[in-house]
Amino acid sequence: MIRFENVGLRYGMGPEILRDISFDLPERSFQFLSGPSGAGKTTLLRLLFLSLKPTRGLITVFNKDRARITRRELPMLRRRIGVVFQDFRLLDHMTTYENVALPLRVRGREEATYRSDVIELLKWVGLGERMHVLPPVLSGGEKQRAAIARALIEQPEILLADEPTGNVDPPLARRLLRLFIELNRLGTAVVIATHDLGLMEQVDARRMILADGRLEIHD
Amino acid sequence: MIDRDPAEEAEHEEAAPARPERTPRKSAPIVPPQNVAGSALILVIAIMTFLSCLTLGAVTLVRDTAATWQTQIAREATIQIKPAEGFDMEAGLATAQRIVSGFAGVRSASIVGAEATVRLLEPWLGSGLDIDELPVPRLVIVTIDPASPPDFAAMRTALSAEVPQASLDDHRTWVDRLVAMARTTVTIGISVLALMLAATVLSVVFATRGAMAGNGHIIEVLHFVGAEARFIAGEFRRHFLLTGMKGAAAGGLAAIIVLVAFSWWSSRNMATPEADQATALFGNFAIGTAGYAGVALVVVAVGALTAATSHLTVVSYLGDIDARHHDG
Repeated sequence: MIRFENVGLRYGMGPEILRDISFDLPERSFQFLSGPSGAGKTTLLRLLFLSLKPTRGLITVFNKDRARITRRELPMLRRRIGVVFQDFRLLDHMTTYENVALPLRVRGREEATYRSDVIELLKWVGLGERMHVLPPVLSGGEKQRAAIARALIEQPEILLADEPTGNVDPPLARRLLRLFIELNRLGTAVVIATHDLGLMEQVDARRMILADGRLEIHD
Repeated sequence: MIDRDPAEEAEHEEAAPARPERTPRKSAPIVPPQNVAGSALILVIAIMTFLSCLTLGAVTLVRDTAATWQTQIAREATIQIKPAEGFDMEAGLATAQRIVSGFAGVRSASIVGAEATVRLLEPWLGSGLDIDELPVPRLVIVTIDPASPPDFAAMRTALSAEVPQASLDDHRTWVDRLVAMARTTVTIGISVLALMLAATVLSVVFATRGAMAGNGHIIEVLHFVGAEARFIAGEFRRHFLLTGMKGAAAGGLAAIIVLVAFSWWSSRNMATPEADQATALFGNFAIGTAGYAGVALVVVAVGALTAATSHLTVVSYLGDIDARHHDG
């Protein structure tokens, strides 16, 4: 689904942050992306999410060459990729419900056509009671789940999550992990960037370890 | 939707007992409503619109007044016949009257009689003047149809052929001066209007860029949930169109109040020296329907200009972001 071949990336004239990265993300796969802080996990996720272009190498996303994807094609491809950011990036002036419905709203869909879907998803992530609340009132874990719900509402083919358990206590982390596994079972490929070893030990999944800009893969 | 695991669902349902659903409130706008910068922009646009409307009112007033003067002057022409040795003045006057009356576009031609001429000269030469003793020029007043004025050049040629002493004054010099003055005033007014609108556009550009920078996180979120540039630009345009229309409407309303107050003042003070002075200069101080329509037009134009400006600014800003990402 997404393939990297000898990808390298540097910001401006700085040193290469990622070097010779090659891997393949198959459909319905589940993997952890790990490595020490500053190893380039977030940068790699940004490459996966098409918000950065590699300095060298070849990236193929849904059978399209990244270098040939035009600005106009980007939104359509991004709709097939769900992202959960470490800092959630919820819009504070919109309710939880509106934040989760945002991807559908930007597609120009009428609210009546998606209202029940959004409510169902909010209940699934345990935010049924908090849907009319503004994000500043939500706890860290609730924000995290709202961000996950927003990433899932369009039923993406792949979900990228940056430190999704970084702001929550271990029981909630386990619950979120179960949510990701469940999602994977339903057909979505999942990439979880984390440096939480405890979390990784709970699942027998492929591990991609970034260190010094290079990637090691443990299947 | 994805098929949900019933067990999972049950667990969450338990944690969050069902409760009667609230009526959906109207969705929050994607670009958050006013902040301090937004209110300042409304005020700037209101002031600009107010000044633009007043300028437009003044231009309309001057143009209408000049047009009135022009028609009044253009309704008449004068033939002056100078006396000369052995020249029969009365016959000359009659000939001139006959010639001009034959022209199309001339309504009438009347000779200013001897008594009337004496009366005209009385302030300078005193009473008891015998007009036959002095070489006084005599006049023929020609009334013209302003809608289809006669051919003054042909009239002049015909006159000088038969009455060499006659000279025709069609007041062209005055009319030309008035037309020039009115045109200059209107040009200045329109230039001021254009400058004002340009300043409005620039304020909107700065405000839009400021708002875009301030709402950078929203644009970023919209980008990664797959919003197209057109959608994002549309949201910001709607936001600024609303801001622009609020400001423009407030400014236009204020201008209309001022204009109405002026015309009320001038009608209340009719026949007082101040008002007479103003009336002498500007005629009746009222800008009329055309003026008010102009004010409405300015309001709409400012609103549309705000929307168009913010649209272009937003599109170029989004282009910059994309370019930055691509370079990154």
